[in-house]
Amino acid sequence: MEFGTYLWTTFAAFVILATFSFLYKDNPFYKFAEHLVVGVSAGYFVIILWHNGLVPNLFHRLADGDWYLLWMNSSKPWYIIPAILGVLMWTRFSKKYSWVSRWPLAVYIGVGTGLAIPLEMSNRVNKQLYAAMAEIDWSNFWGSRFLDVSAGYSDIIIFVGAIAALIYFFFSKAHTGVFGGVATFGIWILMIGFGASFGYTVMARISLFINRIQYMDNYWVQTAFDTSNPNFHAGFQILFWLLVAVLILYIVREIMAHLKTKAQQG
Amino acid sequence: MRRQLPLALVFIFGVFMIVQYFVPHEYSEWVYEFLLDWITIIGIFALALGIYSLTHVSMGKIRNRTPNWQYAIVTMLGLFVMIYFGFTARTGDSWGLYFVALVALTLGISSLTWGAVETQASRRKIGFAAGLGLLAVFVLVAVFDPSWKFYFYTSEGLQSAMFRNFFDYIMIPIQSTMFSLLAFFIASAAYRAFRARNILATLLLASALIVMLRFNPFLGPVGEYIAQTANWLLNVPNLAAKRAIVIGIGLGIVATALKVILGIERGYMGRG
Repeated sequence: MEFGTYLWTTFAAFVILATFSFLYKDNPFYKFAEHLVVGVSAGYFVIILWHNGLVPNLFHRLADGDWYLLWMNSSKPWYIIPAILGVLMWTRFSKKYSWVSRWPLAVYIGVGTGLAIPLEMSNRVNKQLYAAMAEIDWSNFWGSRFLDVSAGYSDIIIFVGAIAALIYFFFSKAHTGVFGGVATFGIWILMIGFGASFGYTVMARISLFINRIQYMDNYWVQTAFDTSNPNFHAGFQILFWLLVAVLILYIVREIMAHLKTKAQQG
Repeated sequence: MRRQLPLALVFIFGVFMIVQYFVPHEYSEWVYEFLLDWITIIGIFALALGIYSLTHVSMGKIRNRTPNWQYAIVTMLGLFVMIYFGFTARTGDSWGLYFVALVALTLGISSLTWGAVETQASRRKIGFAAGLGLLAVFVLVAVFDPSWKFYFYTSEGLQSAMFRNFFDYIMIPIQSTMFSLLAFFIASAAYRAFRARNILATLLLASALIVMLRFNPFLGPVGEYIAQTANWLLNVPNLAAKRAIVIGIGLGIVATALKVILGIERGYMGRG
């Protein structure tokens, strides 16, 4: 590992700690990390969309034309149309002509919505309906073990539960009688589903937290403090203690400010 | 022209895209792919609006010295430095004057910005003069330093060391840490929200607890049953609930899309 990589790893460790410092309260270190990631992410997407979007989709297609002929002699000159529409989006900068930006927006929304209707019906609604109508496994109705996912009764719960949950969202008929009973079963299924999704999300976040701690341990602490490690570098220690000094100074300043406020109040 | 033409465009393109889905002809597919390229290109041009907005807001904060304006400088530096690294790459192993050019460019733009927002005439002159001087240094280095160059038309910038370092050691760690912070906030939210007040809240609480205890190593022989129950909850009742919700979302999207195509929903046009 080169010293440059040490430096980057240390900076990554610093921004991780700075972000975690929000658990105490909003502070300058967190604000620094937060504003940095906003700028860097925006810059990253500019570059990605330029190199992977604009260059292959537009520039390469007009590349064999001449700019002084407005690329009309290229092999795909019609690609100048989306470019012009894209530029028209920038009329938003003008108060007088901002209405022109509705034209490219209308094309974008027209294509997007027109595309969404068959695709959503096919990919969400129809696929889920096909899956819901899968054959129930009667030969393995009670399953081979405790709460067997592949058992027949699980298939029935999935089928009935999905219909009951859909009925719960059907508000054109009062939820009374048998209909109300099915709707109540639907909300039970929904609540169990929401609880399971919530628990799953919490565990996913915990996994990310563990991953961050492992990153700090594997890539930073072990190379920074283990002098027997061939990658150990004295500069790393200096950087670490500098960071610690900055953190201590900040905490001392916070305590002093707190004491000063208390003294003024009391 | 201001309202009717956009409505007509949405209708024509919307109906065309629905119809072409059911026409398996090569012309139809050609137009389909062409229009997909259109919306990709228009979307990328629209990104410039977002970048302008970010720059405008940040510059406004710096100009007006609003609270925490210093952090707007960090945002701007992150943005422009990342763009610079994305368009440049080394030609060999040496860095040459790569970072000198970066510093000259950054300070040059900063000086010009300072000159533009400064109210005193003498300071404005200094800002503009320093900015132009530093930009001239940048241009000279960019032209005469052979160790690096700009790549606008090919994607060498994406593979450049600095671009990757900014991605690997700044963007990914901060974003991952921000997501992992949610573990704590989601836990405190659960503590406040999860009260077994009625049967529905109890079902929510019980299924969440079982799923969260799934990987707990301290439960001994009960752990296996907890794991199986959690697996069943995720794959059976959760699947039923998700299926109903996904069908609802799909129908909702189709209904909203139809409203947009038919001109009933016009919120995208804004006012005026």
